[in-house]
Amino acid sequence: MELTGAEVIIECLKAEGVDYVFGYPGGAVLHIYDAFYKQDDVQHILVRHEQGATHAADGYARATGKAGVVLVTSGPGATNAVTGIATAYMDSIPMIVITGQVPKHLIGNDAFQEVDSVGITRPIVKHNFLINDVNDIAETFKKAFYVATTGRPGPVVIDIPKDITAEKVAFEYPAEIDMRSYNPTVKGHNGQIKRAVDMIVKAERPMIYSGGGVILGNGSEQLRTFTRSLGYPITQTLMGLGAFPASDPLSLGMLGMHGTYEANMGMHHCDVLIAIGARFDDRVTGALEKFCPEAKIIHIDVDPASISKNVKVDIPIVGEVAPVLDAINAQIGQKGGKAAAEQTNKAALEKWWAQINEWRAQDCLKYDRESEIIKPQFVIEELHKVTNGDAFITSDVGQHQMFAAQYYGFDKPRRWINSGGLGTMGFGLPAAMGVQLAHPDETVACITGESSIQMCIQELSTCKQYGMPLKIINLNNGYMGMVRQWQEFFYEKRYAMSYFDALPDFVALAESFGHVGIKVEKSSDVRPALEEAFKQKDRLVFLDFITDREENVYPMIPAGAGLNEMILV
Amino acid sequence: MVYEEDNSEAVEMKHIISILLENEAGALSRVAGLFSARAYNIESLTVAPTDDPSLSRMTLVTTGTDEIVEQVCKQLNKLVDVVKLVNLTDDVHVERELILIKVKAENEQRDEVKRIVDIFHGHVIDMTNSTYTIEVTGDSEKIDALLKALEGITMLEVVRSGQLGMGRGDKGIV
Ligand SMILES: Cc1ncc(C[n+]2csc(CCOP(=O)(O)OP(=O)(O)O)c2C)c(N)n1
Repeated sequence: MELTGAEVIIECLKAEGVDYVFGYPGGAVLHIYDAFYKQDDVQHILVRHEQGATHAADGYARATGKAGVVLVTSGPGATNAVTGIATAYMDSIPMIVITGQVPKHLIGNDAFQEVDSVGITRPIVKHNFLINDVNDIAETFKKAFYVATTGRPGPVVIDIPKDITAEKVAFEYPAEIDMRSYNPTVKGHNGQIKRAVDMIVKAERPMIYSGGGVILGNGSEQLRTFTRSLGYPITQTLMGLGAFPASDPLSLGMLGMHGTYEANMGMHHCDVLIAIGARFDDRVTGALEKFCPEAKIIHIDVDPASISKNVKVDIPIVGEVAPVLDAINAQIGQKGGKAAAEQTNKAALEKWWAQINEWRAQDCLKYDRESEIIKPQFVIEELHKVTNGDAFITSDVGQHQMFAAQYYGFDKPRRWINSGGLGTMGFGLPAAMGVQLAHPDETVACITGESSIQMCIQELSTCKQYGMPLKIINLNNGYMGMVRQWQEFFYEKRYAMSYFDALPDFVALAESFGHVGIKVEKSSDVRPALEEAFKQKDRLVFLDFITDREENVYPMIPAGAGLNEMILV
Repeated sequence: MVYEEDNSEAVEMKHIISILLENEAGALSRVAGLFSARAYNIESLTVAPTDDPSLSRMTLVTTGTDEIVEQVCKQLNKLVDVVKLVNLTDDVHVERELILIKVKAENEQRDEVKRIVDIFHGHVIDMTNSTYTIEVTGDSEKIDALLKALEGITMLEVVRSGQLGMGRGDKGIV
């Protein structure tokens, strides 16, 4: 039986096991929308702005590991999606973005709602396609999902001219795909693994530095085994939080610009650094010439281009985190038939831990817990208690994001969902929608600030339409807090444009969208308000916490400084 | 551990990179876009389909330190359209470039130009009463030497193909 191109698209999505598509209609995709109308297998979620569609698909992908799917129209639909595509690209999130295009014969004519979507998105996708022939749709979708979800994942854009979606073709979805130009490495090189194991067990001052790659590569279990069998200290990047439990005593918390004192000092003084699925981002390394001056570095990463990009490493291992760690764990376990911990340098490790515990005793995350004015950190700690530390937390970008990362204490992977690479304000609310759809029975909270939340606030309407019972934790300091903090530190408190003269009444705003709004102004009300909100299992509750206006995120490494040059409270 | 520190290797060198890529719309702009987005140099770039029409072969000349060129190669390899890549500079190889030059050639200059062309084993491929168009192929040093030899002559137009390269003997890209 022949299907239209639009129907073929639906069949492809079904074949890939897609349950949700986040989108927004327009002229170039109307055939596709018509095909959606005629079926019930793939549910379409209508957002209120295409940026919201991309972040929602992104949140869905981060929470599940499956590719998120977006459908937008040509021209402004595609350009509105750009921020979300770039956000996914920077954090290596698998995503398929279908953009409508003007009919083939109009391409290049500056037709109504025509933009070169493939050209615009080229630098922010893992790959993109313009489909020229209805016969190519199925194979292109197969390739797109394969490319997006394997190797180092990333977004893939498929641009489809309108006329093609109306043409007819026999549908057949390829069972396998083989691309001569794309063969991601899975297993690590055995010789490299042997050398790494040798270096690992001999370390005197080891440090494990793990990143988002562990979560993307589903290597959390292996990382736990690895770290615990050795008894080595571990620090995690902003993107890696939850891969190893924050509550485990081996965990030193996050590293980098707003990392803990013990993590950053540990990095600076270690003699063997074991980097796993992390990319030596500038927010992590600080000044490169001062980075880990005493360390030999082992780097496990699926992307060869990530290796020795910023920091030269001694033993690179290209491969997926899970199989590589499996191999390392097996080798450590086998060595002379001894358990891993028996091979390590006990005396040196004891000294190293004593040093680390001294750094820990600084208690760098202390703050005024007795304050009657609400401290943002306090809200996060209370949120942890009320949700048993088991909620899915999305965030926007700013101080609240750092407070969430520092104080929530993630024990499981895929529970901490934030835009780390691009730092996209507006990410939190739509991302939370995607998470909630993926996990309808889980608690999902979005930690945000009064500035960030306004960037995609329109999605409150989507939440109403689909009954998404999110909890929005608005840490309202009346400032673009992170900007204000930099202005306080580096511009002598000249707070240029970092506040709004007019803020909405968030309670009234939430209510106008059909949700529940609660304003909280005293520390003593924080706990009861949170409990009240999380009791409302089927309502979205917007909690507006009026927090200390000029609280800062500590510790902090100023730009250009080394990891041992932190500003503490 | 960090690049800025080991100056020993920080010399910039010319590298000639050979790339097989899918002969698809947009493949070239992916390569070119990568260079501008990551602020790498391109000195020259040539591309055309191969004997297998589904593949294009590109020769790209870039300059940079060993570390930068290693990154360039890794990033190029990461492009989904790139099938295979070899840095020819790593091994013995041949290089050729073709140059067309239209020069003013009047009176006694006609002989002078002709003599230079012969020395460089080139050809005059077009002529008018007042001009010659000459063609010379060779490695880039030879082409540069030719241009130097022609310094006394008025050059009206110059076009260079950019370098082509191939590994010697059994070294190769396929
Ligand atoms: C789309 C976008 N524009 C601008 C910025 C720069 N920026 C980073 S943090 C920030 C302020 C965020 O303020 P708010 O959401 O109130 O959070 P707070 O820092 O106060 O917790 C800004 C403007 C950004 N990250 N993203």
